Amino acid sequence: MKPRDLADLAFRNLREAILRNVLTTIGVAVGVASLVAMLSLGVGLQELASKRLSQSGLFDTIFVTPKNNFRGMGRPQREAPSDKPPRALDDDARKEMEKLPNVIEVYPQVRFFTEVRFNDKPFATVVAGMPDSSRNSGSFDGMQGNFFSSPTANEAILQIEFAKDLSEKPASLVGQDLVLRYAERQALPANEDSSSVSGESSGGFSVVPKELRLKIVGIVETEPAAGYGGVGNARLLIPLATASTLRAAQVNDLRDIVRDNSTNKTTYPSLSVRVKSPSQVEALEVSIKAMGFAAFSLLDASKSLQTFFKVFDLLLGIFGSLALAVATLGIVNTLVMAILERRREIGVLKALGAADSDVQQLFFVEAGVMGLFGGFLGVFFGWLLGRAITLGTNLYLKRQNLNPIELSSVPWWLVIAAIVFAILVSLAAGLYPASRAAKLNPVDALRYE
Amino acid sequence: MTSPTMPHTETAIQLEHVSRQYTMGEATIQAVNDVSLSIARNEFLALLGSSGSGKSTLLNLIAGLDRPTSGSILAQGQNLAGLTSLELARYRCNTIGMIFQSFNLLPRMTLEENIELPLRLAEVPREERPGRVREALERVRLTHRLGHRPTQLSGGEQQRVAIARALVNRPKILLADEPTGNLDSATGEAILSLLREVQQQMGMTIVMVTHERPLAERYADRLAIMGDGKLLSATEITKEATQ
Repeated sequence: MKPRDLADLAFRNLREAILRNVLTTIGVAVGVASLVAMLSLGVGLQELASKRLSQSGLFDTIFVTPKNNFRGMGRPQREAPSDKPPRALDDDARKEMEKLPNVIEVYPQVRFFTEVRFNDKPFATVVAGMPDSSRNSGSFDGMQGNFFSSPTANEAILQIEFAKDLSEKPASLVGQDLVLRYAERQALPANEDSSSVSGESSGGFSVVPKELRLKIVGIVETEPAAGYGGVGNARLLIPLATASTLRAAQVNDLRDIVRDNSTNKTTYPSLSVRVKSPSQVEALEVSIKAMGFAAFSLLDASKSLQTFFKVFDLLLGIFGSLALAVATLGIVNTLVMAILERRREIGVLKALGAADSDVQQLFFVEAGVMGLFGGFLGVFFGWLLGRAITLGTNLYLKRQNLNPIELSSVPWWLVIAAIVFAILVSLAAGLYPASRAAKLNPVDALRYE
Repeated sequence: MTSPTMPHTETAIQLEHVSRQYTMGEATIQAVNDVSLSIARNEFLALLGSSGSGKSTLLNLIAGLDRPTSGSILAQGQNLAGLTSLELARYRCNTIGMIFQSFNLLPRMTLEENIELPLRLAEVPREERPGRVREALERVRLTHRLGHRPTQLSGGEQQRVAIARALVNRPKILLADEPTGNLDSATGEAILSLLREVQQQMGMTIVMVTHERPLAERYADRLAIMGDGKLLSATEITKEATQ
């Protein structure tokens, strides 16, 4: 029989026992819904965790230092000392890294310990320069106030804990000014031909106290890019370009002075390489190391996290599938009942020339159609269930004065996978009834009353 | 009724020592026992016998719905014993038309859909089907009931639809299992008259199982009498016998 005729007859048969078939289909839908709801929670939690982690800047950033810089003082050398001097982390290297595939940007780390004056009271903190691209990284989602108005603005964003130190009402700080006191490096005139990160002489510099008035534009909950830096978490964020122009003395400066630096180019103590996605970090880390630099990322931590979520999803999937397994029995039951009811009809079909395979396919298609509709309906129910769980959780979080979260997520692959799975499971359920119908002896079937 | 006019010299169905045994528990039932019979092309053969004489079993064997325990059946040149289950299905679809005592129309389908069913199984192109259905219904004079369901029809009408369904694939052999069993005598006679008419129009071989000897004598070319699974006699109906 041609597929269209097969489908015609299958739909006709399904319509005939509409109540029973609808109930069976709803059974499949409930099974699929439980599976989808469970997996959507797994996916949602994974996305939530990934988002939080990527906001932290730990997993999509590679921290690059010159090779000699990365081996701390007093630490034994891991490699035999080579005759060649280590490659300098200069503008050429920066440009080379920017050209690597999947690199969003390469920027120097500007991070220094300093003092802030607010209402004439001193507060010690770490200041970090934020690249303008971090505006879109999701790190500043849900912040109070706004991101910097321009890449070179004299503006500051406070980390919430620091804001609480400054004022009992952190929200009221937005719009107010604070004074940043820092140590500016000034090159010694003796050596003018070479420069370091902010154009300083490698031959030495003097340190001059300076002040800068900054307008507080926002308050953020977590500090982005809190990872590598060595001087603790930054709690005052200013635009990277602004931070660079300050020429503030940094931790590595003293060491750079005593090191012999024969190049005349700008060198950086460290560079941060932002990558499009954490999955590309590993390959890039290898490329950067091949360029002759030390590279560091928290990839291993992210890998074990991925493994955890895979296992978590698997467990959720198994629990979700239990309902679908029960629904499968419903399909078997419905089709076996249909064979009993349609015994004579099967006999007539065979007498008229239907092959065993025609009868088998007919029952198969009926099972598949129930699976298809059950799958569609189930995905919708599952999505609804996920929304309901998210809504309930957010109501609870609101009562606890916590920010709402997106707990469940139904990506397109889950929709397709759930429907395909429902059809496959239904076809598997139809296997036994279909083969039983096909094997029916037509003479006995025709005699059946 | 006039005597048969169609010439039938070639063999349509050849049964050679056909036996069919069933085992029920420890007992063996010999439903058909060593039957040899030759049925000519365009012949109308009536199979008569008491209940349990094996005539319906023999009909099912010719239809390819069942296989003989021993012996061979040649139908339209095909040796049924050598056919696979799929080939037997094709044979039923293309060579055989069947009608039954209880009509066996599918009650939830309209007449049109019932008659279309063998066309679907034979994979006849969709655009050809309405014409073929109409043609079959014209033969049984029921075109005005196309959209009705079988339950809305009388017994005689239902059997006519069943005949239309059996004819729609233009079979060479029509097998009828007590086609008048559920009908009153007048309607039964009309059905047999119709069968005779389409046989002559389409040139078919008909094998009909029946209990009703007088009707068989009037419409069939030959009577084959069965008893205890054996073929007791096969006699040509002479003109005198039909009167």
